[in-house]
Amino acid sequence: MMVKPKHQRLALALAALAAILGAGGLALSALKDQAAFFYAPGDVAGKPLPLGKNVRLGGMVEKGSLTHEADGVSIRFTVTDGKAKVPVAFRGVTPDLFREGSGVVAEGQFQADGSFAADNLLAKHDERYMPPQIAGKMHKTETLEK
Amino acid sequence: MIAEGGLAALWIAAAMALVQLVLGGSAARSGAEELMRATRKIAVVQGLLALGAFLTLILLFVQSDMSVLLVATNSHSAKPLIYKIAGAWGNHEGSMLLWVTVLGVAGAGVAIFEKRLDGKTLAATLAAQAVLALGFYAFLLLASNPFLRLDPPAPDGQGLNPLLQDPGLAFHPPTLYLGYVGLSVAFSFAVGALLTRQIGPAFARAMRPWVLGAWFFLTIGITAGSYWAYYELGWGGWWFWDPVENASLMPWLAATALLHSVTVLATRDGLRAWTLMLAVVAFSMSMIGTFLVRSGILVSVHAFAVDPTRGTFILALLAIYIGGALALFGARVGTVTQGSTFQLVSREGALVLNNLLLCVILGVVFIGTLYPLVAQAMGQQLSVGAPFFNAASVPVALALVVATMAGPMLKWRKDQWGALGRKMMLPAAAMVTIVVVLLVAMPGTPIVPLLGLVAAAGLAVASIVPLLGRKLRRTPIHIYGMVLAHLGVAVAIAGMASDTAFKQERLAAVRVGETVAVGSFKAKLTEIRPIIGENWSALEATLSIRRNDGDPFRLQPQQRYFSQPVTTTSEAAISTMIDGQLYTVLGASDGQGRYQIRMWWKPFVTFIWLGGFMIAFGGLLAMVGRIRREMRSEDEAE
Repeated sequence: MMVKPKHQRLALALAALAAILGAGGLALSALKDQAAFFYAPGDVAGKPLPLGKNVRLGGMVEKGSLTHEADGVSIRFTVTDGKAKVPVAFRGVTPDLFREGSGVVAEGQFQADGSFAADNLLAKHDERYMPPQIAGKMHKTETLEK
Repeated sequence: MIAEGGLAALWIAAAMALVQLVLGGSAARSGAEELMRATRKIAVVQGLLALGAFLTLILLFVQSDMSVLLVATNSHSAKPLIYKIAGAWGNHEGSMLLWVTVLGVAGAGVAIFEKRLDGKTLAATLAAQAVLALGFYAFLLLASNPFLRLDPPAPDGQGLNPLLQDPGLAFHPPTLYLGYVGLSVAFSFAVGALLTRQIGPAFARAMRPWVLGAWFFLTIGITAGSYWAYYELGWGGWWFWDPVENASLMPWLAATALLHSVTVLATRDGLRAWTLMLAVVAFSMSMIGTFLVRSGILVSVHAFAVDPTRGTFILALLAIYIGGALALFGARVGTVTQGSTFQLVSREGALVLNNLLLCVILGVVFIGTLYPLVAQAMGQQLSVGAPFFNAASVPVALALVVATMAGPMLKWRKDQWGALGRKMMLPAAAMVTIVVVLLVAMPGTPIVPLLGLVAAAGLAVASIVPLLGRKLRRTPIHIYGMVLAHLGVAVAIAGMASDTAFKQERLAAVRVGETVAVGSFKAKLTEIRPIIGENWSALEATLSIRRNDGDPFRLQPQQRYFSQPVTTTSEAAISTMIDGQLYTVLGASDGQGRYQIRMWWKPFVTFIWLGGFMIAFGGLLAMVGRIRREMRSEDEAE
């Protein structure tokens, strides 16, 4: 069977189109399940919590709220954005610049009791670098405090 | 005066690029021999001037000239020499200068070495390269001048982010940039060929070594970057799917597709328009990736707002180059005469499949990387992380592995399903064996890494099959390159799957004298002591470790404190064994004599980077083999 060049070109174009649509479809369906939304404590205060989903919680580590558990590797602290507070529990090595009064983004899930179970913490790294999710929010928070 | 000299060199280089554009453009029209020679010479001068400006900046950093703003904000006189040098490109302006330097030098390389391409297309290519260079010179000179003076001079500099003070990272950006900007040559070739309509096997053979060279550097850069993140960040992960990593992965995916499709064009004169398209897309991805990261849009929406001129400038450049190239493509694609057709079951067919799957992965990564930006514009803050990228790309990547097994076994033009089936027997046997072994020995293996290990075993065997029945000494070098690269893919996948499925982790707070166990290892914390480095101080833990009843060995992870700027970093201590790595991190103290110790046993994790380097050197072998062949056939022609 001889394939006509024109038809083959068409078939290739269709295959490329299918690949693009496939990529788009694949990406969008995965995005629906996997995109992690960002919340500040004030965003969830008095509203239904997004339970069972991986989300990010960002704000300041409240001064005086950091406590260490007896096992030496678990901590509890409170994240605040000046409007509301959320208690956070985390087990693991904290990032290098994690401290009270400093900015933090916690990745994890909200619990039914209103607390937050963090799988991972991101902290402000140095003067110049700041995780993008926190930069905008922190700016708001700092302005509020002043 | 030195800084002004560098600035002057940049301005003259920009002027040379303008001359190169005019000369190259008219040479492409008229085909006049003298104009072409002049264009080549100007391209070399332009490249040398850019290189001179870059070396000037390095000199300023080495001298710690605090009257230069960039040095004062990014360097410090107490820094070790190697990081003073690396500091020259560890910032926005310096890295942009490095970018145009590579662009200019690559253009000069084309002007000096490219002898196979017909004169008109070469002139058009150099003109296109000049257009690219002009835009980036303008960006550098008008919005990111690296030679800006500081008056009065600073007493001392502000230092370099300690995370970046690492020998591996010092040479990571230049390697990546060689890859990114090396793809500009493919882009300019495509534009040149579209202008002169000279698209065929000769064009593909001329473009191929450049694509392979850029791809080699890109692969090395990504692999080295992954290892850097692995040991420097202290999280034990080797790929985080963060925007900066995706920015390097996207051009790599496009370039991988390109170097396969260019082979179809060179061998069978097929996929003409598609190859040109990929050449445009590959460098577009380089530009999008670098500039989204460099402009700060992706890393921080905040930074973008701080300096709107820069962001707007970058977006305008992107729009002009990508839009212009695509418009040219759209206008000319109808006149690109049809190449040869082919059968579904053939080498070409498999390579088309390879290209489609690579493009699907590219699309997924592209959408995932840019989606947060789009969502942000619509007033929603979200992040797209590893769960998305893994879910969307791993299944496609596994399908790609299957295509990679079959492709090299198929004949060009036309092959039979039956013949393919017979050749697939050996890899299939390997896959079945692995399934059985894993199900018996490691019954709890999760499904995705299990499939990864199976695919890796199949590909490892399949990649050797093309060598069977060949006289090894008479096999062309580029075949060895392909075999090595495909074998590297198998090795890397095996490493990723093994680490994902079998790694063991332990986190504990221990006192001096206490023991932590992970896997078959027992680590005793014998000492915690402070130490002083060149520009840091640290707390160092000494762990005395035994594997089962073997001889004890020591690992010494640290917490380092830097004063300029004030930062703490974890320095992981890693022991590499034949079957994996033991990774230890010292965490915070609880103030009561206990220190957090985190340990991972990561079986065969080193395969990831071993595979990466095999892939890269496979590309290098293929490039060397192709160039040798071209030179030999040139000699015969004479």
